[in-house]
Amino acid sequence: MNKFKRIATYTFLSAAAIVSIFPFLWMLVSMTNRSVDVTQGRLLPGTHLFENLRVLFESVNMVTALVNSTIIAVITTFFTLLIGSLAGYGFEIYRTPGKDRVFNLLLLSMMIPFAAIMIPLYRLFGGVSSTVSFLGIDTLAAAILPTVITAFFIFFFRQNTKMFAKDLVEAGRIDGLSELGIFFRIYLPTMKTTYAAAAIIAFMNSWNNYLWPLVVLQSPENQTIPLLISNLGAGYTPDFGVIMTAIVIATLPTAIVFFIMQKHFVAGMMGSVKG
Amino acid sequence: MSKVMESSSSSYKGHKKSIGNWYKKNYIGWLFILIAVVGISLFYFYPMIRALLLSFQSGMGSNLEYVGLDNYIRLFSDPTFIAALTNTFIYLLIQVPVMIILALFFSVLLNDATLKFKGFFRTAIFLPCVTSLVAYAVIFKYLFGVDGLINQFLLDLSLISQPLNWLADPVLAKITIIIAITWRWTGYNMIFYLSALQNVDKSMYEAAKIDGATSFQQFFYITVPMLKPIILFTSIISTIGTLQIFDEIMNITNGGPGNATLSISMYIYNLSFEYSPDFGYAATVSYVIVILVVVLSLIQFKVAGDDK
Repeated sequence: MNKFKRIATYTFLSAAAIVSIFPFLWMLVSMTNRSVDVTQGRLLPGTHLFENLRVLFESVNMVTALVNSTIIAVITTFFTLLIGSLAGYGFEIYRTPGKDRVFNLLLLSMMIPFAAIMIPLYRLFGGVSSTVSFLGIDTLAAAILPTVITAFFIFFFRQNTKMFAKDLVEAGRIDGLSELGIFFRIYLPTMKTTYAAAAIIAFMNSWNNYLWPLVVLQSPENQTIPLLISNLGAGYTPDFGVIMTAIVIATLPTAIVFFIMQKHFVAGMMGSVKG
Repeated sequence: MSKVMESSSSSYKGHKKSIGNWYKKNYIGWLFILIAVVGISLFYFYPMIRALLLSFQSGMGSNLEYVGLDNYIRLFSDPTFIAALTNTFIYLLIQVPVMIILALFFSVLLNDATLKFKGFFRTAIFLPCVTSLVAYAVIFKYLFGVDGLINQFLLDLSLISQPLNWLADPVLAKITIIIAITWRWTGYNMIFYLSALQNVDKSMYEAAKIDGATSFQQFFYITVPMLKPIILFTSIISTIGTLQIFDEIMNITNGGPGNATLSISMYIYNLSFEYSPDFGYAATVSYVIVILVVVLSLIQFKVAGDDK
């Protein structure tokens, strides 16, 4: 009986592992094949990789999309971490009932579905377009701004600040540091792991974001990678080899980050739960 | 207020002049959170209020006028909205429980201390989470195409005699969407359960075994009750996520065939940016999601909190 259970467990987990991994293997193999081979279900590596890369970088706006996605993700991550940690630190270190009430109010925004605020946001940036052109519709700034400040990261940093030794704040005051100095010189360096975990989530969210860029970025030169893949995939005569190559390139940064920083990655997820 | 001053001044230990200081620090504290408060008000709360006002207006593009409750009445006789609402509920009622049960099951299997290759299995099952929603959606679209690999595989195994038209059949298209979401998110939920299981006292299982409890009994009488808070957390996250589902539908089926896979979010997008724009009615539909999110979260809290 026990042996039977063993075998069943391994069979089941192996099946789950295969199902989980198979699409990855398929896209890796397909990026080296011609479109015809992909449709015929070829599962062996081919020799078409360089041709696929050439098409992707020469006739499709892959470079532009990569540059845009990188700019957006890096700027978003930087400001998300800065604003989120300042607020999380502020709520926890200078705790008052008034601030707690504001905090709870901010948390409510996590329940707001993006679809519900998408139209007013679109109209807000549309209204700004005529006066401040670098902030209006179809600018990278408009793609970045509404995604930078989220209650999730404020919550995340506050939860982690609970584990920060508050004596250090007092020590900093005695050393004559300003309140902001304490934050930048003491808090920030001691909380490196928290920042790393937050950076991973923020970067991934931004890199993979689809709906808001779809709404706000309209011209081809402002396309991000998810928009490019979506457009390629929706074409009438899709070149499967090229699409798979684009998907692999899009997935690569997040996959690498995941494998290098698996611990931080999981810590980042858990940071949203631990009380 | 005095309680806070007490607790706050207690950290000053010995600084008698700290009341004035405390007010200064309280004031500086507000500066720390200022940008976040302004940002969330501007990009979340202000749009929510605007959407509410919009939901009572109608017209094309920016020529809007107040029409009272007309938009809300229109919901009930709008077949596309009813289709989108029904589809979203089908995803919710089938996909979320299936995924949570699968994730629980995996985590219990992986929590076994004697299991070999644990790290490999865990990483493999979590791996789908690193893909972007658009990327995996496009992959699934091709996997489930008429001459896609899924059909070839099923034909090779002689499970079907002719290729299934997954994406063109109303029922199969929904199943494809459900399979896709489950593939992407099961590992994500599993990680939460695995980490929670590490805090469950092992001696409870030992005691249960001595009392002759089967694995299933252990699962239902120890694991599930112990993990209840985290199951609640993940089911709320999944519910909110599924109610807003957009990327997968847009990229796998584009809402079709007909409106068989259309979700509420995608309908809102279509109303605003695909059809001739009716921002007012789109805002009304979006408030349906808001109401559903709030109501379903409250129900889940209530159901889970019942035993306490």
